[in-house]
Amino acid sequence: MKRKIILFLLAFLAFVAVYPICFLFTGALMGKGEWSQSLAAMSGDSGYVQFPLLPLFPTLKSYVELLLDSPEFFVMFWNSVKLAGGILFGQFLFGVPAAWGFAKGHFPFRKGLFTVYILLMMMPFQVLMLSDYLILDQFHLLDTHLGIILLSAFSTFPVFIMYRFFDGVPDALIDAAKLDGASSLQVFLYVGIPLGSPGIISAMVLGFLEYWNMIEQPMTFLKSKELWPLSLYLPNISLEEAGAAFAASVMALIPAIFVFMAGQDYLEKGIVAAAIKE
Amino acid sequence: MKKRRNIRLLLHAKLQSFSKLKNFRGYKKGEWTGFYFVLPSFLGVIIFMLLPFCDVLRRSFLGAVSGTWVGLENYRTIFDNTAFRLAAGNTLRFEMVCIPLLLLISLLVALVLDDKLKCTQLLKSCFLVPMAIPVASIVLLWRALFHERGMFSGFLHFLNLPGEDWMNTPWAFWILVFSYVWKNLGYDVVLWMAGLAGIPANLYEAAQVDGAGKWQCFWHITLPNLLPSLFTITVLSILNSFKVFREAYLVAGNYPHESMYLLQHLFNNWYRDLSMDKMSAAAVINAGVIFLLVLLLKRAWDFGER
Repeated sequence: MKRKIILFLLAFLAFVAVYPICFLFTGALMGKGEWSQSLAAMSGDSGYVQFPLLPLFPTLKSYVELLLDSPEFFVMFWNSVKLAGGILFGQFLFGVPAAWGFAKGHFPFRKGLFTVYILLMMMPFQVLMLSDYLILDQFHLLDTHLGIILLSAFSTFPVFIMYRFFDGVPDALIDAAKLDGASSLQVFLYVGIPLGSPGIISAMVLGFLEYWNMIEQPMTFLKSKELWPLSLYLPNISLEEAGAAFAASVMALIPAIFVFMAGQDYLEKGIVAAAIKE
Repeated sequence: MKKRRNIRLLLHAKLQSFSKLKNFRGYKKGEWTGFYFVLPSFLGVIIFMLLPFCDVLRRSFLGAVSGTWVGLENYRTIFDNTAFRLAAGNTLRFEMVCIPLLLLISLLVALVLDDKLKCTQLLKSCFLVPMAIPVASIVLLWRALFHERGMFSGFLHFLNLPGEDWMNTPWAFWILVFSYVWKNLGYDVVLWMAGLAGIPANLYEAAQVDGAGKWQCFWHITLPNLLPSLFTITVLSILNSFKVFREAYLVAGNYPHESMYLLQHLFNNWYRDLSMDKMSAAAVINAGVIFLLVLLLKRAWDFGER
């Protein structure tokens, strides 16, 4: 009996956790008549918002309108893809070798340098906001995607996650490869990357969820609306266009959920890697 | 467990002596090879983070208009600034409320899930899902929930209680706390479960042989063994708590109800006014606080290693 109560509570909590997804999918499948009736209370002064769990008259109209009639949606979506893709590519290009170097190198000041990396990874955006602004201004990169991509490509968080995984690659393997005459670069490419790939994927999954959701950086450094990613566009849709807002929200949600489902194991590994030293 | 470790140590020692003999060792001590791998990333870090931050540090001692050396004047200004005090106080209050709350709830959930339920994996996924939901897409839901005539008010109406425009009352603070817990519950549950999995099962077996009950096991084995995890999870939770600004900003804009006016709002508003002097001083102070936090975290890691 006690067990059942606990299970029920947990199930309730889990429902609260996933409810927003149901809300969005349901809303996006409603016709204009239905959602405006559901949300009517927010603009009038009687009654309360009542949202059904499933749409009574499901229709794909909102999607059709969004995908056919609002070209700006595609621009925003593409902006999001460009930003997240560019950042992840940069993090891969610079972060993976750096993590390998920290994990397997023995150069002087290695520990001190790594501490600097950890420090930087902990800084919230607002602390670095002014310095980011100064450097972008210097390079005339304000109001460009490249500026934002560059700032985040050198983020030290993925280096830290991947470091944890590279650290677990046995030294004996490296020695064996060296014995067979592999150069440092070859060791990295043929031993390090394959064995550290779970770490790389973990960092990329965490990174995608983070940057797909990026709000502060574009809000601060992008003035032109046509450069905005989806995450800034969504909150600005007015209540009268709730149908489009629902459909656009679902479209923004789908890539994130897809990455989440495909990479959940890696996501969990990545979360744990930041906290527990093996 | 111990035996395996001994074998590992032995292997390690053997390998090391072998390497010395043959002069082979992944990358040798004092060798710069590893550094070349770090170099591209490090150059970027210097150019995009370290140098500009030094500039910010310098600016924090300069006057806004004059650009001349004013010493600690800027720091005095921001500490006298009511907005800064309000924001710092709120941020502190937010941390003091939401961190213990999140730690407690997530620990409870982790303990139940650790009991090998049939649906552990499913439930864990459910709790992790909020991590994947873009903040922007839930803005609409937040509005529909906490509007004066929203779903929450409707629920209270059902219980014959009065509704309110929640985002414009002191309750706004608690809505923010709720958002934070909602978003981070799964993250912390995963961390706690990893901590729980690290406790050797034979400890429990030995205790059970000695006749210890469930509660005794919990108090004398589980909790003490989770202590190292507690430190790291706390600090990671604090770091994640800075991101709650996204929700706060998207739902309530630049000037939310004063109960949830956080340091992040203040920074944002100063940025729009281009108050470089105040911003740089506040950034330096914030960086200092975080620096202390990181030192704590590092000690926790070293502690966990022992």
